[in-house]
Amino acid sequence: MFGPLFYADGPITMIAFVIRRLIQALIVILAVGFISFSMFTYAGDPVSNMVGQDTTIEERKVISEKLGLNDPFYVQYARYLGRVARGEFGTSFRLGVSVLELFKERLPATLELSAIAALFALLCGVPLGVYTGLHREGWISRLVLTLSLVGISLPTFLIGILLIFVFAVNLGMLPAFGRGGVVNLGFWSTGLLTGSGLRSLILPAVTLGMFQMTLILRLVRSEMLEVLRTDYIKFARARGLSNRAVHFRHALKNTLVPVITITGMQIGGIIAFSIITETVFQWPGMGLLFIQAIQFVDIPVMSAYLMLVALFFVVINLIVDLLYYGVDPRLRFDRPVAMGNG
Amino acid sequence: MGWTHACALTGRLPWGTGDRMPWTGQAADALRRAFHSDIFFSFRRSPTVVMAAVVSVVYIAASMLAPWVAPHQVFDVKTLNLMDALTPPSWHPDGQITYLLGTDDQGRDVLSTILFGSQISLLVGFASTLLAMVIGVGLGLVSGYVGGRVDAVIMRIADIQLSFPAILIALLIDGLARGVFPRKMHDEMALYVLIFSIALARWVQFARTVRSSTMVEKNKEYIKAARVIGRHPVAIMFQHVLPNVMGPVLVIATISLAVAILIEATLSFLGVGVPATQPSLGTLVRVGQNFLLSGEWWMTIFPGLALIVLILSINLLGDWLRDALNPKLR
Repeated sequence: MFGPLFYADGPITMIAFVIRRLIQALIVILAVGFISFSMFTYAGDPVSNMVGQDTTIEERKVISEKLGLNDPFYVQYARYLGRVARGEFGTSFRLGVSVLELFKERLPATLELSAIAALFALLCGVPLGVYTGLHREGWISRLVLTLSLVGISLPTFLIGILLIFVFAVNLGMLPAFGRGGVVNLGFWSTGLLTGSGLRSLILPAVTLGMFQMTLILRLVRSEMLEVLRTDYIKFARARGLSNRAVHFRHALKNTLVPVITITGMQIGGIIAFSIITETVFQWPGMGLLFIQAIQFVDIPVMSAYLMLVALFFVVINLIVDLLYYGVDPRLRFDRPVAMGNG
Repeated sequence: MGWTHACALTGRLPWGTGDRMPWTGQAADALRRAFHSDIFFSFRRSPTVVMAAVVSVVYIAASMLAPWVAPHQVFDVKTLNLMDALTPPSWHPDGQITYLLGTDDQGRDVLSTILFGSQISLLVGFASTLLAMVIGVGLGLVSGYVGGRVDAVIMRIADIQLSFPAILIALLIDGLARGVFPRKMHDEMALYVLIFSIALARWVQFARTVRSSTMVEKNKEYIKAARVIGRHPVAIMFQHVLPNVMGPVLVIATISLAVAILIEATLSFLGVGVPATQPSLGTLVRVGQNFLLSGEWWMTIFPGLALIVLILSINLLGDWLRDALNPKLR
């Protein structure tokens, strides 16, 4: 679908492109690491946290020498990065548990929620987009498009609250908060295997995926409209192919490239907005942990989350960039391409 | 981006007045011309836009005049009556006509808290948009006019920042500030921290637009002339280039205002925005959510609806402004 990764201009530009992107990613990680390191260093004095009031200044000096607090900051920074690479993020001030343990416990909840939300966005967005693209004038299409406009302009937390109001409070159909029953698989606690877990997942997943769903819907629709006007579709019709073949084998296939890239880019958005959704539904995931850490100024959790999110975003962006590179030949030159084709 | 270039190429702002700067003329003259301009015509033609404008103006005026127009002085503790707490809206059998949209758990009138809360929301929205505009336009001008290494650095930072959602950036800056400032200063600093973090999350849009129009503008004859007569580069940037790249900035500012209000509401909803003593719309929704499950829905639904109305009407105005200023769509 993406064609060969190596084109006429050869693998050299490809490698240069990848290296440039890698360097950029590394700079971002180092910068974010520096921010979390400074948070750690400048918020409070670790020595006075460790010793009693009767410790003399000399003894304090010895301890701070032992901890390496007198080293130049770049040495301390390098040491901090080393600790982070080994997964030592420190201990949560608020909960008294190691941050790594906390993350291990909370990560499955967030990943399950995000995955189901993304699935919802794709499985509803693409078919609805195709339908509204094919039946432009139908009243169902108009209804869907109007509703999608509402979905795209409503803030996430209000979508969640309105859904709770309708489906949990008024209709009493679905739980309003929490994760329901979970099954512990040792390293992973899943809510996908119990009835209450699945029912609890519906409202948060719809809330989280709503924005992406409307985005995909509108994108697929506009791409379909564009593609259906092209000559090769006319030619396919002229060859006497069935509507089904024209719409799905020829038209839809060509709309999927931008959809895949946009979906990839939106994964980052899903992680960001999971903070909001988890707060609305009191979903015990990473986002809720982070918000509570901010409220209580729990610096180890904050800085570890910062590092993790930065890493995640950098990896996603790198993959999306590479996908783009494979999809769009014009991007293979790092010079203004707009000159040639207006 | 297309229309930025088109305006820049014709050397005028897309007001349809033919003037380079409509605000330099005589006031009355400018007003008469504005009335006959294309932009006003397209305004009158669309009832949705007129509606959005009326709603925005009425909403903003009502919240600015809240101390005079609000039915109750909700932040004056003497006027509160705990006996009236949790009164439902007036059309409900248990409702009272003096509390149109009901009251909260402390007996405060919901309509009045919405009006006062909108003040905070609008204040943060306007202030952070203004700050983002100042930062973005400044950096965009420098980036576009100076070019070279400075441009590369500024635009690289902008690129990196754009790959993160604005709300995440604002949240992180807000969280960082909380880590840096001592805890007892949090409440008094909250408003400034909020404005600052939203502005830092939103400057990129301004910078990129201004940069691209500056790059077109700087090769024009009037800039060359200014350079030849020996004007200082800073003077050229701010007195000659700036007025000619402001058109698109207006559009971005309108849309940014809606985004800023939205980010503020979200951060306050998450409990990391303004303190509860100065509730904004987001704080009201947050506090009200605690009562949603026990049936007191009006405390959270009405502030939420107010937020939707405000954002929707500002967005409609922004969309219209973008289309009206776009010569391609005429």
